[in-house]
Amino acid sequence: MRAWFFTETAYPYLPPQDEFESIRVQLPNGIFDPHKGADLYHRYLDEWLYAEDCGLDIMLNEHHQTATCMDPAAPIMLGILARQSRTARLLVLGNPIANRRDPVRVAEEMAMVDVISRGRVEVGFVRGVPYEISAMNSKPVGMHERLWEAHDLILKAWTTHDGPFSWESEHFHHRQVNIWPRPWQQPHPPVWVTALSAGSIAPVADHHYVVATFLTGRDKTRDIFAAYRKRRVDQGHGLPDNDRTAYAALVYTGETDAAGRAGAEKLMWYITHNKVPPHFSNPPGYNSVDAVVNVLRSGKSPYLFGNFSLETLIEQGIVFAGSPDTVERQIRQFYDDVGGFGHLLLMGQAGFLEHDETVTGIRLFGREVYPRLKDLA
Amino acid sequence: MGGLPVEGGVPRVRGAELPCRHFGSGPPLLMLHGGAGPTPRAPFLAALAEHFEIILPTHPWFYGSPPLARVAGVDDLAYLYLDLIEDSGLDDLTVMGFSMGGWLALEMATKSCARLRRLVLVDAVGVKFTDRETRQFPDIFAMPADRVGQLMFHDPARMAPDLASLSEEELTAFVTNREALVHYVWEPYMHNPRLLGRLHRVSVPVECLWGESDRLATPDYGRQLAAALPDARFHLILQAGHAPQLEQPRAFVAAVLAACR
Repeated sequence: MRAWFFTETAYPYLPPQDEFESIRVQLPNGIFDPHKGADLYHRYLDEWLYAEDCGLDIMLNEHHQTATCMDPAAPIMLGILARQSRTARLLVLGNPIANRRDPVRVAEEMAMVDVISRGRVEVGFVRGVPYEISAMNSKPVGMHERLWEAHDLILKAWTTHDGPFSWESEHFHHRQVNIWPRPWQQPHPPVWVTALSAGSIAPVADHHYVVATFLTGRDKTRDIFAAYRKRRVDQGHGLPDNDRTAYAALVYTGETDAAGRAGAEKLMWYITHNKVPPHFSNPPGYNSVDAVVNVLRSGKSPYLFGNFSLETLIEQGIVFAGSPDTVERQIRQFYDDVGGFGHLLLMGQAGFLEHDETVTGIRLFGREVYPRLKDLA
Repeated sequence: MGGLPVEGGVPRVRGAELPCRHFGSGPPLLMLHGGAGPTPRAPFLAALAEHFEIILPTHPWFYGSPPLARVAGVDDLAYLYLDLIEDSGLDDLTVMGFSMGGWLALEMATKSCARLRRLVLVDAVGVKFTDRETRQFPDIFAMPADRVGQLMFHDPARMAPDLASLSEEELTAFVTNREALVHYVWEPYMHNPRLLGRLHRVSVPVECLWGESDRLATPDYGRQLAAALPDARFHLILQAGHAPQLEQPRAFVAAVLAACR
């Protein structure tokens, strides 16, 4: 199993939640202090590099118009890390290509950073969470089709080396596609795609890409991974290796169970500080009609965890927390419950988890837990 | 409706299935629904059917009408209905459009008025007069449902849909229609930037009926739209918002009959 350290680079210095309607899309950026922001950027970069020192790989993402993530341009952060890190794999998970209007630019950015890092980039493609729709000025219908057309164009841009080609299709038009540089890795960097439900698995499995799920918990994750495996087998490819599956959880390892849980309580900021009204969390067209009807009936959005307790989150495998022994046991249990998986994406920093606490969590995981998980293929 | 090809009981336009209701007697009237779908049980329809032969299609992507890949926006929809008119042999036709359907009626008329007698626009969207930093229409996708109700109705307490009381099918229709509306109006938002420059091509009379309390497409906007058309009149309907046909059906029907006299 490979472990990847991830921080969503939050800006946590916010007014009380009852003083604003939404942490996403509409929160005025006058609240953002550029001096504090600069300190946070430097700190978060240091933490990624510390994770590399502890043997972990590096994962980052992007979000827009939100205090939950100060990185609206993952390729820029990736570029810094490509120069400052030395050995870690660098996973961007991901590029929201259903929302980006120029896939060729995405192909260029990824190829450039792949070359700077001498071939350490892994490229994720994501649809983006629903509250990105307004923030990125995207259209919530037809996203699946846009994502896969953008994907096809990026893949062709990466793998065409004999001069320009043209692309004239439903969503994208390019007259002379001929990216410089081309990627370091041949034929192209490894590709990851996220899935939140078993229903969207087919194209990911057919391309044999890594499928990643975020905080989907035990049952849903098992269903998604099972759907991937079934699709591969049904299409005559045989069972895929576990390195085709990835799971993201909130993870904090402490010296003791109490210390681990205390760290995880702070990580829960990520879950408790995601105040988003329904018109941004459930825009028409983003989810299937049946799913939207269910949300309207139940008032529950699959993107909002509400007020789950730490206990419940640990039980569901959304949080792994405790002493090194406990965290190892929780991960092994989850591994068995979902039929195995190859990559653990550790959200190991969020909210007010301070720098020294973050590096303690990274160090204990990297030195104590991670070596014991190596047997999990 | 003379020659519209019907297969298996379903009307088709150039091969595409297009569910259509067809009722009433009198001069022909093509009715183009807005974002809420065709509302076939609304009382104003029965009243109008005493005076018109009504053709009420459900736009592709809306509830009960299959998605149609070649219809990616209101412009495509306009050609679909021009095809329908030609294929049906309809002539001297009144085209009535509500909200997005009014935008659609304008798109059709700027392309061809050959078979049209007049347009009746009811709180139509589709044209932008404001500057680049001022929305012509409020962003209904960035506000809570109750605020949308306040924009839409003179008396939201009486008129705004209570989602909790809808049946499964009604809720499914509501959600499907919201998605369809996004399909058509998301960007550019609720308008075609080119349409204003084409309005001179509307060579038939246009009756603009407007709810006095419409806060989505305001009466001021409606007056501007009427003024931008070669031959248009503007009529205000009192105590009504964006859907006067639902909120004040009697006054609405009376206004239609007066306008179409």
